[in-house]
Amino acid sequence: MEGLKVSKANLTVYIHPSKSNQVSQAVLRELSSLLFTFSEIVDGVVLAYDVNSLDTCAKILPGVHPYFGVKLKVNFLLFSPKPNTLLEGKVVKLTQESIHVVVLGFSAAVIAEKDIREEFVWKMKKGQEVYASRSNKRHVIKVGTMIRFSVKSFDEEILHVYGSLIPEHTGSIYWLDKNLEVVSHADRSEKKKRIQPERIVLEQDVVDGELSTLDIAQKKTSAKRQKHSEDS
Amino acid sequence: MVGVRVSNKEEFPVMEKGGYSDSQLVSHFKGLLVAVTTGDRENYDELVGYLHPKKNLSPDEVAVLVTTLKALSGAVSFIDSFHHESLLFAVSRMSLWNYGTEVMDALLELIVSLAASNGKYIDWCLEMLVKHFVPPFYIFDSLKQENGIDRKNKVLSRVHAALKDIADLVPLAPLRLSPIVVQNMPSVFSNEPETVMYVENMLKLESGAVGETVGSTMLPALVDRLLELDVEIGWDGILQEDTRGIFDMELEDICKFTDEDENFDSMSEMLNRKNLQGNLVVQKLDSLIVLAFLHLESCQSSGRLAEVFDILLPSFQRTVLNAYNSKFTQFVMFYACALDPEGCGVKYAMVLADVFSCDVNPPITRMSAVAYLASYLSRAKFLSAAMVTTIIQSLVDWCYAYCKLRDFDMNPRAHQVFYSGCQAIMYILCFRLRSLMDIPRLKLQLLNMPMEAIWKHKLSPLKVCLPTVVVEFLRQAKAAQLFMASDSFVFNDVLESDLSKAYGGMDRLDMFFPFDPCLLKKSESYIRPHFVRWSKVRTTYDDDIDEVSDNDSEVSDDDFVGRNTEEIIDDDDMVVTVEDLDFNPDLNKMSITPKSSLKYGMRMPARIRPSTSPESL
Repeated sequence: MEGLKVSKANLTVYIHPSKSNQVSQAVLRELSSLLFTFSEIVDGVVLAYDVNSLDTCAKILPGVHPYFGVKLKVNFLLFSPKPNTLLEGKVVKLTQESIHVVVLGFSAAVIAEKDIREEFVWKMKKGQEVYASRSNKRHVIKVGTMIRFSVKSFDEEILHVYGSLIPEHTGSIYWLDKNLEVVSHADRSEKKKRIQPERIVLEQDVVDGELSTLDIAQKKTSAKRQKHSEDS
Repeated sequence: MVGVRVSNKEEFPVMEKGGYSDSQLVSHFKGLLVAVTTGDRENYDELVGYLHPKKNLSPDEVAVLVTTLKALSGAVSFIDSFHHESLLFAVSRMSLWNYGTEVMDALLELIVSLAASNGKYIDWCLEMLVKHFVPPFYIFDSLKQENGIDRKNKVLSRVHAALKDIADLVPLAPLRLSPIVVQNMPSVFSNEPETVMYVENMLKLESGAVGETVGSTMLPALVDRLLELDVEIGWDGILQEDTRGIFDMELEDICKFTDEDENFDSMSEMLNRKNLQGNLVVQKLDSLIVLAFLHLESCQSSGRLAEVFDILLPSFQRTVLNAYNSKFTQFVMFYACALDPEGCGVKYAMVLADVFSCDVNPPITRMSAVAYLASYLSRAKFLSAAMVTTIIQSLVDWCYAYCKLRDFDMNPRAHQVFYSGCQAIMYILCFRLRSLMDIPRLKLQLLNMPMEAIWKHKLSPLKVCLPTVVVEFLRQAKAAQLFMASDSFVFNDVLESDLSKAYGGMDRLDMFFPFDPCLLKKSESYIRPHFVRWSKVRTTYDDDIDEVSDNDSEVSDDDFVGRNTEEIIDDDDMVVTVEDLDFNPDLNKMSITPKSSLKYGMRMPARIRPSTSPESL
């Protein structure tokens, strides 16, 4: 899945003087207030943080309340879906008009009928509403299916994703992966060379991204995407 | 688009006959909604007209309404908050309370679809649902009837189910729900049934599917509301009246009249005499506290009490602990502790002791904490003697360390925290000394405490603390041979001295005993079994063993492990005759009730009035 990244940030957290005897606790509290909210500074929704180092010196601000700025280095796990990134999520509700998906267990996504490609048709199957592919009988989306979809837009306040199933390489992950595997066995060595590691660099306060397990996961996804686009 | 417009003219009549399929209708509605953006509002306005609330709908109208709502929920992705404002407004004015179940379901389906379709509407939808926690005012009266209760269940179960549905589709919705619920809470001045019903729903949310997320907000919000009501009730106005009013009146005394009805009559009579506002607030507070108690009970039976207590405790520390004049709200904590003495009960005492001994806290917080601690340890029937001794030990150690470091003369203002600590020790011992002395191990521990050094220190706590408490303590200490008091203190039976006033400060924390008998009638009945009344405390000098209480004493099963049954503080045998109390006129010493109320015979007011007697203002 795309849209996830780890980034290193150099931050200065300003702490109220009353918390001077419990700085690390106060720092963690400040950082926790960022969780599950979109932060413009790091350009993403903070899902987790890990404090790397805490500067023992702090700068005291002059003023009525002498807040003091503690410098620290933090690793953030960010969720920042951009248009056309591919997300994965579980279908929680399906009607003819829309497919409702929950991504990573917290972000709601909705795919409206007009954003579902012609290939899929709405059907009632055994009393359950499904979207089934016309071309591949086994490609079915129903409640509980994990699907891959592309992002149309992202509401940063509510963390609501407007998704789309228009691109060819979207749909039920189970089906997509199964059908990709067949191809990938054929000419794996050739593909491998072409994959470029995606390095993530955050803007503003954030220094260069580290290649982490997440990045590697991302590489794989993009590799699959490449493969698939060739197939189709 | 043109095709749609042409067919519109006869749309609704056909629909009623079921001439259109669902999907046709939905696509028609979509066209109709899109048409508005191009300026064609005619059909749209007609649609909005169907949604406007009307009274006494005919079955046909109901059918149209249901179909319209269902089709709209199919077309939600086409609803635009700018172009379709009037539509949203019409929907927001619809109340589930006015319709039958069919319309209810259709309306809720629309709300849920709307919430899930677009992030913009989520707050709007949640607010709409929260508004249904309380019915419109004109329905309130009918709710008492049998079908009213049925209707209430129908609406509220659906509202909560809808909230859960939204939470399933939009996992972060509960986070947005909490502030909405808190903001929509009825004000302090709204009437009792409304507030009670709203709070019922809040507690239902707390224990419901979304409780994990919203729970941390609901209970603190309730406690804060209780506190707001609590401080609305002033002692001042009540105490100025000569006659015994509801707050003056000891419920213990009331219970002496064995006839329940008589009780009630005298109570309501009193209520009528009071100013109306005060009474309404009292009743409302009482009902809400009872709701909180019942909720705690249900939490206990579902095994969530510890979890809930962990939410309540910080909220108590943040608001109630520092609130001046809190009289009843703290009993929520008391009851939670009573339900789980080993867990919550001990934790509560420990936290209060920590707040007191931690010197970063402001003096007023520490004094308040120790006042709570003293009152709690004295009144809680469910605490073990060993536990009480541990806390006394820590208080004594703290006070001893304090005087050892300071070689100053008496100064009530400067050492107020110290004096409050000393008074707490004395107060607890007034209630507990006898029971502690009866257990050899604890007796030894008590005797080994460096208490005498504290009392005899130059800071002279015995002169500064409340004379009533000091006199009673010295009397009991003497009888128990706890130590030999060399000075004799002559206080002339005064309730308070200038010195105690001085250390108590503006807030009169010297006279603050938060867990004095609860005067709220309904709540009191829940508290009673867990509560120690002064009149039932057996003191060390109380040697004339009360045959009456010995013969019929019910053994309290939860405390004072290892004690003889005869010596256990008498249980909730509330029907005490006046004569019983007359045996021991010295009991008056533990009461700091204004003189005016003492003229009612020798009846011992078991209550030590909190810091709010008129003199303090």
